[in-house]
Amino acid sequence: MSDVAVHPAPGAVHGHAAHHPALQHQFQTMSQQKEAAVLGMWAFLLTEILFFGGLFLAYALYRMWYHDAFVAASTSITLSWGLINTVVLIGSSLTMALAVRAAQFSQRMATVNWLILTMVLGTAFLGIKVIEYADKFEHHHVPGPNYIWEEAGHAAAAGEAAAADAGHEVSPDAANFQLHTQIFFSLYFTMTGLHALHMIIGLGLMTVITWMAWKGRFSSEYYTPVEMSGLYWHFVDIVWIFLFPLLYLIDRAH
Amino acid sequence: MDATRKIPSLHYLNNGHGLASWLLTKDHKRIAVLYLITVSIFFFLGGLMAVGIRLELTTPEGDFVTADTYNKMFTLHGVIMVFFFLIPSIPAVLGNFLIPIMIGAKDLAFPKINLLSYYIYAVGGIFVLSAIAMGGVDTGWTFYTPYSSAASNTNVVPTALGIFITGFSSILTGLNFIVTIHRMRAPGMTWFRLPLFIWAHYAVSLIQVLGTPVIAITVLMLFVERAFGFGIFDPARGGDPVLFQHLFWFYSHPAVYIMILPALGVMSELIANFSRKKIFGYSFVAVSSLAIAVFGFIVWAHHMFVSGISVYAAMVFSFLSFSVAIPSAVKVFNWTATLYKGSISFDTPMLYAYGFLGLFAIGGLTGLFLATLGTDIHLHDTYFVVAHFHYIMVGGAIMGYLGGLHFWWPKMFGRMYSEFFSRISAILVFVGFNLTFFPQFVVGYIGMPRRYHAYPDEFQVLNVMSSAGASVLGLGYLLPAFYFLYSLKKGEVAGPNPWGASGLEWEVPSPPPTENFAVTPRVTSEPYEFTPRVAKEVELV
Repeated sequence: MSDVAVHPAPGAVHGHAAHHPALQHQFQTMSQQKEAAVLGMWAFLLTEILFFGGLFLAYALYRMWYHDAFVAASTSITLSWGLINTVVLIGSSLTMALAVRAAQFSQRMATVNWLILTMVLGTAFLGIKVIEYADKFEHHHVPGPNYIWEEAGHAAAAGEAAAADAGHEVSPDAANFQLHTQIFFSLYFTMTGLHALHMIIGLGLMTVITWMAWKGRFSSEYYTPVEMSGLYWHFVDIVWIFLFPLLYLIDRAH
Repeated sequence: MDATRKIPSLHYLNNGHGLASWLLTKDHKRIAVLYLITVSIFFFLGGLMAVGIRLELTTPEGDFVTADTYNKMFTLHGVIMVFFFLIPSIPAVLGNFLIPIMIGAKDLAFPKINLLSYYIYAVGGIFVLSAIAMGGVDTGWTFYTPYSSAASNTNVVPTALGIFITGFSSILTGLNFIVTIHRMRAPGMTWFRLPLFIWAHYAVSLIQVLGTPVIAITVLMLFVERAFGFGIFDPARGGDPVLFQHLFWFYSHPAVYIMILPALGVMSELIANFSRKKIFGYSFVAVSSLAIAVFGFIVWAHHMFVSGISVYAAMVFSFLSFSVAIPSAVKVFNWTATLYKGSISFDTPMLYAYGFLGLFAIGGLTGLFLATLGTDIHLHDTYFVVAHFHYIMVGGAIMGYLGGLHFWWPKMFGRMYSEFFSRISAILVFVGFNLTFFPQFVVGYIGMPRRYHAYPDEFQVLNVMSSAGASVLGLGYLLPAFYFLYSLKKGEVAGPNPWGASGLEWEVPSPPPTENFAVTPRVTSEPYEFTPRVAKEVELV
C-alpha cells in the first residue's frame, strides 16, 4: 500500500485496462460502486431521521401538554453556550464540505487539513457540551432521585418525600410543575446525549478517513468514503439545527 | 438419475476450509448458512418455551410451574420467536442466499456490512441469552411501561438492549437489500422482470429501514428510564405510558409484515413454479407487496383500542386496518387464479404452500374481527388474539419459511432430502398447527384471557386439544432437522434444477460457485416463463 502513497494517482499508474484498486469484486464499475454507496448512505440517514423522530415526537407531545413547565426549564439553560456550539458545528460542516472538495480535486494535504480542522471543531462542540452537562449536575437538573427544580429563589425538591423533608408546604400545582420540568430534562439529556454519541461516532469515522487521506487513498477518481463521512457529518449537524431551537430558543422572548 | 447431475468440484461450500473461512466470510451464501444455523438454534429455544407453556396449560391448576416462571416463559417465547427467529428467518437466510443470484449479481452491494449485521444479530442474541441465564424477564414481549420501567424486578435491561442491538442487524440487512436491488441488477433485469420474491423483499426492506429505528429509540427511552431514573413514560411524573404503546406498535405492527411479506414472496415462487404457469397478475402481486408495506405503517393503533385512545382515532385506525385486507386478498386471489388450469404438483414445498393458503386466509379473516371496534373490545387480550397472530406468524411466516427452505435446499446444498419424510413432516405441521391453534379461537371467544398460567375448569378440553396439537406440531418441526442433516451427506445429487423451475438461481450449479455466475447473465424474458424458455434454448442449439 505504501507505493500508493508515493504515487497520488494510482489510476494513471495501472492504466485503463486494470481495475481501480478500490473497486470491490461485486461491482462492475467504479460508478456503480459509488452509486451504491450514495444510495446506501441516504437510506441509512433516513433510518437515522426515524431514530431521532421518536424523541422529537415525545418532545412535541409533552411540550404541548406541559407548555409552561417546558418554557421555564428551557429558559433555565444558558443560551450563549448553545449559540456558540451552533456556530462551531455549522463551521465544522463548512470545513467538512471543503475537505470533500479537496478530495475531489486530488489535493491530499488539503483534504487532511480540512478533516483535522473538522475534528477539532467537533471536539470543541463536545467540550462545550461537557461544560453544559457539568452545570446541570451542579444545579441538580439531572432527572432521577436527586433532581431539584428551583424557581424564584425558593428551593423545592421533586417528589412528595423530598418535599416533606424540606419542611414546607408545596402546592400540588407547583409539585406537578417540578415533575414536568423533569420530563423536559429527561428529553434534553436523551436528545443531546444521543446527538453527542453520533458526534463521537463521527469523530471516530473521521480519524479513519483522515488516516486514509494521509496515505493518499483518495483522488478525483475515488473519494467516496470522504463524501459519505461528509453526508453523515452534515446529518448530525442538521439534527442539532433542530435541537437548538427546540431546547434553547423557542418562547424565550416571552 | 441422469449422469449430468453431479456436484461441481468447486462451489461456495468447499471454497475455503476451516472455521475462520466461515466466521470471516463475506460471501452472502455462507452468511446465509451462518444465519440458518443461528436462527434454528433460536427457533429450538423459543420452541422449548412453548413446550413449557403448553405443558402448564394442560391442567386448569397452576401445577407445572409458578405464575412467575410462566410469565417468564411466555415473555421469552415471544421475544425469541419474534426478534430472533421470525424477523431474521426468511430475509436473512433465504433472502441473503437468493437475492444476489436471482437478480444476476455476484454478491450483495455491501458484503462486509452483511457480515457485520450477522455479528450484530449474534451479539443481541447473547444479551438475551444472558438475560435468561440471569433469571429471565417477565414483562411480555411488548415491554409495556410503567410495569417494565418501574415495577418488574427481572432482567428488563439486558433483554431490551438485546432487542436494541438486534434491530440494527435488521436495519443493515434491509439497507443492503434495497441498495442491491436498485444497483446490482444484471443487464436486462428490469423492475418488472424481477421475481416476486425480490419485490416482497424490497417491501420488507423498506419496513426494516423505516420501522426498526423507531423501536430502537423506544427501547432506548425505556432503557434510560429504567437504568438512570429518567422520567419519559413515568405517569408519576406526568409521563404518558400510552406514548410508549404508540411508539412500540408503530414498529411492532409493521414488524408483523416483516415476518409475513417474505413468506408471501416465497409463496409466489412456489405457486408459479409448481403450477408450471406464469403467475396471474404479476404487477398486481408485485405492487400489493409495496401496498402492504405502506398500509402496515398506518394501522398500529388497532392494538390500542382499549388503551384509552380517542373514539375518532379508533374509528380511523379500524377503517385503515380493514384496508390491509385488500392487498392481502389480491395476492391470495392471484395465487388461486395461477393454480387454475395449471399443471399443479404435490412436491413437499408445494404442500407447505397449500397449507399456507388456508392458514393465511383464516389468519387474515380473523384479523378483521379484531379490527372491528365492537368485537375487539370483547376479544382483546383473549386467546382469540393469540390464535389469530399465530395463524399469521406460524401458519403464515413459518409455513412460508419451511416451504422455501424445502424448495431451495437442493440449491443451497446440492442434494435432495427424503421426499417421503418431508411430506410426512409437512402434513404433521399442518394438522398439528390446526389442532393447536383452532381451539384457541374458541376458548378465547368464550372468554379465556391470555398470559395466565391457571384457568377455570370449563376451558380444559380445548386446552388439552391445543397441547396435544402442539406435540404433533413439535414433531413436524423436529423431523426436518433429521432428514435435512442426513441429506447433506447421503442425499441424492440434485443437479442445477431439480424442480424444472424458472429463475436465474436455477441456471447456476447447485451448490453455486462463490462468484455465483461465470459470466454476468443477460436477462431477456419475464419471470415464470415455462414453455417459451425451453423453446428458446432449443433454437439457440
